[in-house]
Amino acid sequence: MTGGQAGRLRHAERVMGTVVSFDVPPCAGEAVGSAGYEIGGALGEAVRWLHWVDATFSPYLEDSDVSRFGTGAVSLAQCAPELTEVLEACAAVSALSGGYFTTTPGGRFDPSGYVKGWAIERAAAMITAAGSAEHCVNGGGDVQCVGNRGPDQPWRIGIADPLRVGSLALVVTGSDFAVATSGVAERGPHIVNPHTGQPATDLASVTVVGSGLTLTDAYATAAFAMGSGARDWVESLDGYEAFAITSRGADWQTSGFRAYLA
Amino acid sequence: MRRVILTIAGTIAGLVALLSFKSHVPTVPSASVSTTGGTSSASGASSSSSSPATVPGEFPMGSLAGKLSAGETSVTGHVANTVYGPVQIQLVMRSSKIVKVAVLQQPMNTIHDIQIGEFAFPKLIGETLTAQTAKIDAVSGASYTSAGYIQSLQSALDNQA
Repeated sequence: MTGGQAGRLRHAERVMGTVVSFDVPPCAGEAVGSAGYEIGGALGEAVRWLHWVDATFSPYLEDSDVSRFGTGAVSLAQCAPELTEVLEACAAVSALSGGYFTTTPGGRFDPSGYVKGWAIERAAAMITAAGSAEHCVNGGGDVQCVGNRGPDQPWRIGIADPLRVGSLALVVTGSDFAVATSGVAERGPHIVNPHTGQPATDLASVTVVGSGLTLTDAYATAAFAMGSGARDWVESLDGYEAFAITSRGADWQTSGFRAYLA
Repeated sequence: MRRVILTIAGTIAGLVALLSFKSHVPTVPSASVSTTGGTSSASGASSSSSSPATVPGEFPMGSLAGKLSAGETSVTGHVANTVYGPVQIQLVMRSSKIVKVAVLQQPMNTIHDIQIGEFAFPKLIGETLTAQTAKIDAVSGASYTSAGYIQSLQSALDNQA
């Protein structure tokens, strides 16, 4: 489904078990000659990339590299080289988070906590490479914003209120930034504290804001598993801020988060 | 004001398109659901005459043009012909803000249509209004499934004009 007002390109693609939404404002690529055409082509390329990531990294598809590597059917060398890149990055996030980020969240190999943000950030970069200086890609609730939404207008991203469906907890604004939220999803608790094996229940949701979605999203996943300890942890990370709503309905934010408030 | 109408019309057209994500919803004869709408052939309806039925949620069925308070004006959108049948809505505005939304026509032939009317339809209109009020470009939240996306605030944004 692609549409929108004249010049504004919107597209929603069902992929990776969710829907990825692209928003390219008008005149985002005016500096380039036939920018509209090139950006349309880049959008197609980005969509194909996301489907390739899904086919390669889905833990739900038996013949994906992730599934076959997880069962030991193939070696890492027999998989797409991107899997090696992802594994190395996951190890770094796991170490940084004291093990709260893991590639075996449900007991079996599943690097999805890293892959989605990484795939979305790279999709946004493909559109940048085609000449768009301003666009926003939302991968099922994890958002990469490039540039501004328009001249002197920062992007405005609503943070869903996990305790009141359909309502926003607050709005953050920024340019060239990423917003990722981890929380209790539609099907109930799904992020496990790897140190206890139990679902993480301290927080209803935690939102992390940073520059690139790859790490911002991975940190949000780790922060949710961490629960109440996430506040001090994110505070210790340079360039990242967090806002959380606890399962009791209270909220907290790191010291620099207010710079993003609308 | 025209932009607002386009936004809402786009939302509804987009909603119907998105409902194609749901497959294999059984179709039942229109006669068996006639009690819910009072008409056995929704597709034949062409007027915006008032009806006592109310779409669950907060969106009344039928024109509000005769029931305006001081300072309110009503705006009636074009009939959107969707694969499920015609859809038409009316907005009541006050100081360039939407204060009420009424449904003049909606498909009523199948279980699928009733789901649109009773659940997704009012919810998505409401969320479009929320998104407009907050002037947001995207929503960050715990991951939704592709089915859940249909009822998400993000889907309302994606279908803006």
